[in-house]
Amino acid sequence: MENSLFNKKSRISDKILNILIQFSTLISVSLLVVIIGYICIRGIPCFRFDYLINTTSILKNTVGILPNIINTIYIILLTLIIAGPIGIGGAIYLNEYATNKKIVEIISFTTEVLAGIPSIIYGLFGMLFFGNLFNLSYSILTGALTLSIMVLPIISRNTQVALEAVPKSYREAALGIGATKWYMIRTVLLPSAIPGVLTGVILAMGRIVAESAALLFTAGSVSALPINIFSHIFSSGGTLTIQLYLEMAKAHYEVAFVIALVLIIIVLALNFIAKWISQKFDVNKVG
Amino acid sequence: MRKQFDNELNKLNKDLIEMGHLVETAIENMIDSFKHQDKALAKEIIANDRIINDKERSIESRAFRLILTQQPIATDLRNVTTALKIVTDLERIGDQAADIADILLHFDGEHLYRTVEHIPKIAKKAKIMVHEAIDAFIQKDLATAKIVIEMDDEIDRLFQEVKQEVVEILQENREKADYCIDFLMIAKYLEKIGDHAVNICEWLEFNRTGTLNEQRLI
Amino acid sequence: MDIKIQAKHLNLFYGTKHALKDVDLDIKKNAITAFIGPSGCGKSTFLKTLNRMNDYVKNVKITGEVTLDKENIYDSRVDTTILRKKVGMVFQQPNPFPMSIYDNVAYGPRIHGIKNKKQLDDIVERSLKAAALYDEVADRLHTSALGLSGGQQQRLCIARCLAVEPEVILLDEPTSALDPISTLKIEELLMELKQKYTIAIVTHNMQQASRIADYTAFFLVGEMVEYGKTNDVFSMPKDKRTEDYITGRFG
Repeated sequence: MENSLFNKKSRISDKILNILIQFSTLISVSLLVVIIGYICIRGIPCFRFDYLINTTSILKNTVGILPNIINTIYIILLTLIIAGPIGIGGAIYLNEYATNKKIVEIISFTTEVLAGIPSIIYGLFGMLFFGNLFNLSYSILTGALTLSIMVLPIISRNTQVALEAVPKSYREAALGIGATKWYMIRTVLLPSAIPGVLTGVILAMGRIVAESAALLFTAGSVSALPINIFSHIFSSGGTLTIQLYLEMAKAHYEVAFVIALVLIIIVLALNFIAKWISQKFDVNKVG
Repeated sequence: MRKQFDNELNKLNKDLIEMGHLVETAIENMIDSFKHQDKALAKEIIANDRIINDKERSIESRAFRLILTQQPIATDLRNVTTALKIVTDLERIGDQAADIADILLHFDGEHLYRTVEHIPKIAKKAKIMVHEAIDAFIQKDLATAKIVIEMDDEIDRLFQEVKQEVVEILQENREKADYCIDFLMIAKYLEKIGDHAVNICEWLEFNRTGTLNEQRLI
Repeated sequence: MDIKIQAKHLNLFYGTKHALKDVDLDIKKNAITAFIGPSGCGKSTFLKTLNRMNDYVKNVKITGEVTLDKENIYDSRVDTTILRKKVGMVFQQPNPFPMSIYDNVAYGPRIHGIKNKKQLDDIVERSLKAAALYDEVADRLHTSALGLSGGQQQRLCIARCLAVEPEVILLDEPTSALDPISTLKIEELLMELKQKYTIAIVTHNMQQASRIADYTAFFLVGEMVEYGKTNDVFSMPKDKRTEDYITGRFG
């Protein structure tokens, strides 16, 4: 029976490819597991709860990263307050209002290039431009402004993609019963695009948490508790990542691993939140 | 585009033409049988009427199928509906030829084809009307159809004459009453054949214009 | 019968493409007018000129005029929000917003400033009833509209359109994505709605046009070839091109 269905042939090329794919998957997954595992193994034994609520002080003989956690939160919030509206607004403009396709393309291309620039260059620019020229010197504000430029492409690009994914029919429907363009964007486009926008914002937060090079010469590395909630943004403040760098430089590996552990937890948490949010706010989901 | 549909419409038309020919032949045979008192031919006419009836059914079935599957509109719709109306008239003509043949079959009197002077005339007229009506339909020729419709008045007039003649014969010869009535019936059938020919022409007019007797149907 | 919308010497260009050629057409009040023709013949384009949905297409140039109750809708003083309140549109693909059924219907009234809860409730109920959908959704007004079937979604879109109390309803192939039963429901709905509204519908379905439309216009490559009572157009078309199209000889 030449033509029988049962003459199943095994194709060598398929098998090889299959094995290669499984191998790559294995490597990437195990890398993640190994890194997280290693940090946990090294970090958990040294972890003491009072690290989280203390300041490092030779006088009081305490070790702690509370100022760094607070600084990190400051930088995240400040950066998002600056970059969020600009990024989302810019994306809305590019996607919905800009009529010149050429210019839109150029802007999109530039944003993508912007995203690929090494962060130390942002740091250099931020230090000279915001720090010196605007005389903000080393401060959380200088850091946040610098990071804003850096995460702008992430927010704007994600928003744009999300807006593009909203079906044309929604726009037609809204305009067709007399909605103005802005009303349509506000009531139909943005709610539909919210999961994408939030994903962009959370990715940006991840980037902020992870950043060190761009902050070293802009926000500086001081770890002191804020004296005043508002004036704190004008004082220098090192984030967790910066502190991690400093501790490593001083060969304080115990504290370094605790910080690493906290960072990993934050990053993982952000990722889960991003996933959860994009499902939770998905208006296109039925039920 | 619509190859299948056109094929079916063509077949429908071909069937109609064939049926027209069958009916014409029936009338010709009927007149021959009448002229020569040919009872064998009369029998054949009656037998052939079954073929005409079958043809009617097959045309109807084809037309129904076309309506069902193609939902014809505009000219197509008029073609299909016209076919449905015309087959009825053609079938009635065939029936009437067979009815006459049936009378001839049981006719035992003397050869009287020319006794009633106007019978040959009315027969000839009916034959011409049917022939021309079918021809007009095939050619979609409204002018000819009009002429046929006008001929109906003549055939009506001839029927009155036949009636008059029959009454006269009857008054002279009471024992001939039997076949006098047969003659009257034959004349009536021939007159009805003329009416059906007119109907065919009127449906042709509908086919071309959508109106029948100046009334808009679709 | 009164004329509701009138197009006079309407020309439309997409860039250099002459998409509508000198179209003259009257749309009668409280009647259904169908636009038929092969794809790309300009019938949808024409429909969209009637509430200026072409404003959002790039490189469109329009000459001539379209009047709604004798007012030229292309006059520079026209407020398109008011125009589209009067002339609503239903599209080919059912396109409910990803919101609740209630919010979909209330969307239009809210644009036009109605905020009162009681008033909105009334409008939603009335519109859904008018669109013959209320009984099917009454117990789930606050669930997502995307959970409805295609036919229900399209009736919801009609309800959404009715909620702003338009005078004219434009429908662009509203049943082409629907099954026969849903199609029938929408057709019957339109027959009822024409008592109160003026309806213009683009359709590819010849039977549909002949079933529901009072008047039919046949478009071919941007030209309005024939316009008349539906009965006349489908039984005795005047133009050979119309006959050829409706009997399926091309297109």
